[in-house]
Amino acid sequence: MKELSVNHLLGIKYITKNDIDLIFETADQFKEVINRPIKKVPSLQHITIANIFFENSTRTKLSFELAQKRLSADVMSFSAAQSSVKKGETLIDTVNNILSMKVDMVVMRHSDPGAAHFLSRNVKASIVNAGDGAHEHPTQALLDSFSIRERLGEVAGKKVVIVGDVLHSRVALSNIFALQMQGAEVMVCGPKTLIPRYITELGVKYEPNLRKALEWCDVANMLRVQNERLDVNYFPSTREYAQQYGVDKALLDSLNKEIIIMHPGPINRGVEITSDVADSQQSVILDQVENGVAVRMAVIYLLASKIK
Amino acid sequence: MSSKILLTSKEVDIILHRLACQLIEKHNDFSNTVLIGIQPRGKYLADRITDLLKNDYGIADINLGFLDITFFRDDFRRDKTLEANKTQIDFLVEDKKVVFIDDVLYTGRSIRAALTAIQSFGRPGEIELLVLIDRRYSRHLPIQPDYRGRQVDAFNDERVKVQWKDVDAAEDGVYLISNPIH
Repeated sequence: MKELSVNHLLGIKYITKNDIDLIFETADQFKEVINRPIKKVPSLQHITIANIFFENSTRTKLSFELAQKRLSADVMSFSAAQSSVKKGETLIDTVNNILSMKVDMVVMRHSDPGAAHFLSRNVKASIVNAGDGAHEHPTQALLDSFSIRERLGEVAGKKVVIVGDVLHSRVALSNIFALQMQGAEVMVCGPKTLIPRYITELGVKYEPNLRKALEWCDVANMLRVQNERLDVNYFPSTREYAQQYGVDKALLDSLNKEIIIMHPGPINRGVEITSDVADSQQSVILDQVENGVAVRMAVIYLLASKIK
Repeated sequence: MSSKILLTSKEVDIILHRLACQLIEKHNDFSNTVLIGIQPRGKYLADRITDLLKNDYGIADINLGFLDITFFRDDFRRDKTLEANKTQIDFLVEDKKVVFIDDVLYTGRSIRAALTAIQSFGRPGEIELLVLIDRRYSRHLPIQPDYRGRQVDAFNDERVKVQWKDVDAAEDGVYLISNPIH
């Protein structure tokens, strides 16, 4: 019998390779479950889960809700309005609200890095970080690696390039930790203004030229340009960004091997990738979404099994 | 820890043939019947019985599937997390006669979980249970087998272990493993 080494999922940096393997093995079985005629298992019927999203999200929120409901858990979701989020104060209010509702597990997305960590120290519930500012988004990294493993057999030894706005991306950071833990090589590619200055200290390569990066890699994970986080002009125009760092079919076909294209979504069609790339058979974008439900079911199931 | 042999490889072979014949008596050509091995250990018994039915008794098409019951167990959060195994059921069970196949029937809780789990694949016409070893008097639930290999009386802290040729050991065998405290 195996169990996770942690009681919360706050970030990839707190879990081990064994945890990742266990989550993937369990997610394999949940992927089969969600393809059955009846897509439900009764395991979590005594568990209550609160989804608290302080930042806008459609796909992550839906994915978590679906995963929880397929496990037969009782689910309550609420989004706090953008205007009420102030540093520190609202989180304490949230803590008190949760304590009085006596939920077993909380899935939270917040714009402050470390918010999930803070919650785990102050609330008697199992916490899942659905994204904390530009820090971590562990379930996204897990489903990304799961999708690579599904398509290519394993993650170890594979070359993955993360393209785009790495500076503001929690998806990028979690992916870097997860991929390296599984033995993959990681490169980041993007305009210098969007790449954190000391990123190579994490053991990743940096390549400013997109073509060279794509020739090197087996998998390209294209990040969305996060306009809502850009407080200054990080590049002259969207058109110039698309020309230098966007992938179109011609570029993809001109490479010396077939690479896999990934995107955490939502896609800015024509900016990070063109429609024909997004819809091509080299893209695993829709598989990522399906795998997201299976991976989140696995994470929630494994964390819930530790709740006494 | 002491280990006593309950069934030798020859005895297991005779029992497997007998169970196969009993199945044929009830289900004829298996056109309306499906065999479901309960993961993880029922799989091996189900494979062996299917081989016998096909090769020794000439039953042409047998629908064989494997069902993992980890997510339907009633001891979630009370015990250790078990690893889930593969479920593979590539046919409909709607209105079919389902035969659950497991190596050892002990408390009956695995079969209870299987009864719920199979409903995810349709509504079976009938469900029967085939086990190699029936640990009678150990049941927690009102569940009994329709086909049994051998009945065994064992204390709670003893384990009945079924070993399969080419999987666990050189030869088939069923063993009773007890603790030295006795």
